Amino acid sequence: MERHDVAIVGGGPAGLAAALRLVELGIKDVVVLEREAEAGGIPRHCGHMGFGWQSHRRLWTGPRFAAQLRADTSSLDVRTGTTVLELGPEGHLRIRDSQGARHMIANRVLIATGTRETPRAARLVGGTRPQGVMTTGALQQHVYLNHRRPFDRPVIVGSEWVSFSVLVTCLHLGVRPVAMIEENAATTAPRAGRLVARLAFGVPVLTATRLIAIDGRGQVEAVEVEHGGQRRRIACDGVVFTGQFRPENALYMTGPFASDDLAPRIDSAFRCTDPAFFAAGNVLRPLKSSGTCWRQGLAAAAAIAGSML
Amino acid sequence: MSDVFDIAVIGGGVVGLAILRRFAKAGLRCVLLERGADILSGASKGNSALLHTGFDAPLGSLELACMQAGYAEYLAIRQRLNLPLVESSGLVVAWSDEELAALPNIVAKAHQNGIADVRQIEAGELAAREPHLAAALSAVLVPGEAIIDPWSAPLAYAHQALAHGAVILRGAEVTGGTLANGAWRLAHGKGEVRARVVINAAGNFGDLVERIVRDPPFAIKPRRGQFVVFDKPAAKLVNAIILPVPSEYTKGVVLFRTIFGNLAIGPTAEDVDEREVASCDGETLARLKARAIAMVPELQHVGINAIYAGLRPATQHKDYVIEALPERNWITIAGIRSTGLTASLGIAQHVARLYADHFARLPATPEPVWTPVPNLAELRPRPYQTGGDIVCHCELVTRAEIEAALTGPLPATDMGGLKRRTRAVMGRCQGFYCSAEVTAIMAEAARGTP
Ligand SMILES: Cc1cc2nc3c(=O)[nH]c(=O)nc-3n(C[C@H](O)[C@H](O)[C@H](O)COP(=O)(O)OP(=O)(O)OC[C@H]3O[C@@H](n4cnc5c(N)ncnc54)[C@H](O)[C@@H]3O)c2cc1C
Ligand SMILES: Cc1cc2nc3c(=O)[nH]c(=O)nc-3n(C[C@H](O)[C@H](O)[C@H](O)COP(=O)(O)OP(=O)(O)OC[C@H]3O[C@@H](n4cnc5c(N)ncnc54)[C@H](O)[C@@H]3O)c2cc1C
Repeated sequence: MERHDVAIVGGGPAGLAAALRLVELGIKDVVVLEREAEAGGIPRHCGHMGFGWQSHRRLWTGPRFAAQLRADTSSLDVRTGTTVLELGPEGHLRIRDSQGARHMIANRVLIATGTRETPRAARLVGGTRPQGVMTTGALQQHVYLNHRRPFDRPVIVGSEWVSFSVLVTCLHLGVRPVAMIEENAATTAPRAGRLVARLAFGVPVLTATRLIAIDGRGQVEAVEVEHGGQRRRIACDGVVFTGQFRPENALYMTGPFASDDLAPRIDSAFRCTDPAFFAAGNVLRPLKSSGTCWRQGLAAAAAIAGSML
Repeated sequence: MSDVFDIAVIGGGVVGLAILRRFAKAGLRCVLLERGADILSGASKGNSALLHTGFDAPLGSLELACMQAGYAEYLAIRQRLNLPLVESSGLVVAWSDEELAALPNIVAKAHQNGIADVRQIEAGELAAREPHLAAALSAVLVPGEAIIDPWSAPLAYAHQALAHGAVILRGAEVTGGTLANGAWRLAHGKGEVRARVVINAAGNFGDLVERIVRDPPFAIKPRRGQFVVFDKPAAKLVNAIILPVPSEYTKGVVLFRTIFGNLAIGPTAEDVDEREVASCDGETLARLKARAIAMVPELQHVGINAIYAGLRPATQHKDYVIEALPERNWITIAGIRSTGLTASLGIAQHVARLYADHFARLPATPEPVWTPVPNLAELRPRPYQTGGDIVCHCELVTRAEIEAALTGPLPATDMGGLKRRTRAVMGRCQGFYCSAEVTAIMAEAARGTP
């Protein structure tokens, strides 16, 4: 069976930073397993600026940052198109790539599978199921990876900072959102966000407004919202569900260690309750920036190297 | 008249497709007309995907006969069509004294219906079978209740019919027709077809289609059912299909594993005026979720993957309405309300007999062509295990599977059809990771086809 000193699951900022640092610390046999065709993680499709400062003292877009991470790790063993299906005791991994499924064992495994958003279904939003309903992550991929315009007049659900990034994506698309709606009385993210949305993008922010249902046959036609006990329809042709981040848990839920509802449980040195496993980056919650995840990857690498002495 | 089909089936749901298969296999020239962009765009799009024994069906009903015949034929043909089966068994669980008192009758009725292996089990055996279920008093065990793939089965029937020369026209809504000189001339969205005998299998539009031939003796009253689907870890928490003791309030809400490795709860039963689009409402979904957690408390730690709803083509009659109108060259099939996935093959047998009795002898059936469909069931080998590129990470769907579903004799024409053929985008992330890529592959395929 294939064996390695360290296997890193996930080639995003956290996983790639850890791989680099481990090699710097003298651990030679490190493999990064990444299920997408390209490493880089979420930044691959964050077309806006704001990446690279903590790691490279530069200000880049997400794709530029992801490209830099790939360049930095080009001499390492980064295997794309490789999905880790299951984790087992003592650093056991079941993986699959274009050759098929097989087992692998590593002295240490770092779980760096990142986070995603909560989609419509898990929020139990009623109505019909037309086209044009998506999360920010999906929208970014439509726009920045596939150069598609999925709608012209979307409603944005949520007001976390990622929700405001949707405004930037829409601006890039030449699309003006109809409204941003937030269930709470105040927006979740930037205090100035509301003003920015209104003034810079001309998008009204409706707080204390709850999304009740989505309507439409082929494409979205409207949403039904509730505010102060009153319901009304807002015509639109798309709905973007933003934020409510939750770790990509499919893999760690199979692991031989404790996980709380929303993250693997770790000690102060990133170690899971099974000593072969560690976790870092946004899989740990709460949501951190790419730079912070990068730093956390470095710190986890030091902890892993220390545990192997 | 070579341009006249022997049979025209109106409606590409599971019932229409099973009938098409039956007649095409017998060597008749058949056409099926479906108003949707794809087959399975009506009631057959969203159901519980359970293969029922009929243990609780009305004794002596046509429904029971068709279910039992359909169940038997499904078992007989499923391997050759590569269709899955999870023999989960069913448990009608009693949590209250009132429900407990009802169990002996359920057993007696099942035995009357000819399902001899149904028996009541004690709390201890129930707890051993279902260790995660909230403690209950007793249950009725129905060993034959099983789980199947709601889309691959009708798709396989369609493919087998096509292999026998049937024609399937999609986007072809039948809007009217006239019978002259022993043949119908049916007008549909894309033109006209002629056929000697017309079979109305139009589901929730059955009464509207029936007006072509007569003043319909039934009215469709669609009954909506909503569902909540839990993420895969939930499937480990329940073995059998957990059925409620029938009462006015429980309305048949069932907790069941899916063939795709999830756990779902539903359906509700709500009379609605809408025939076409099944919508969900947040409050009902929240109630369903709470109900599932009450039955299996550990579900509170498992995420929700999907929500959906379906519309049952119910009529004012309790039983199926299946009738031949010999003078009018017409067969009516209506009110296949909540058991049609199970019964469809049996309904097809029954309709073939009606046809033979009233219209023409069926030719002796030659050895059929078998058209196995790709496997989507979690418990059997899937393509990702042997290689290829994965596009949908949650459901582990490969690029080759998606491309295959977009080509061939009955390609997916929209995202819904692609989902039903491959499961892409139907997992826990609901497209966060793959919807853009899947859309791009679809656009590419659309460019490739003239
Ligand atoms: C929609 C969205 C927008 C965001 N926008 C910003 C932003 O503008 N700025 C910012 O700083 N941060 C943003 N973030 C936060 C983002 O999570 C971090 O920037 C950073 O990408 C986290 O790094 P990571 O390495 O922990 O995870 P990720 O970047 O998510 O990388 C995880 C990697 O693991 C892989 N993987 C997962 N499971 C498996 C498996 N089983 N087998 C193999 N590989 C696997 C994934 O394919 C992925 O490449 C955003 C997040 C989301 C979801
Ligand atoms: C919530 C729910 C749960 C269920 N659970 C189960 C279960 O677990 N097990 C089971 O066995 N059964 C179950 N059923 C029942 C089963 O799904 C139905 O009995 C079955 O799908 C009915 O199939 P059909 O072909 O009669 O109707 P449909 O699938 O509705 O097909 C009719 C087709 O006709 C088309 N059509 C209508 N008008 C025209 C026209 N004018 N021209 C051309 N085409 C037309 C429609 O577009 C449609 O595709 C369930 C049903 C529901 C709704």
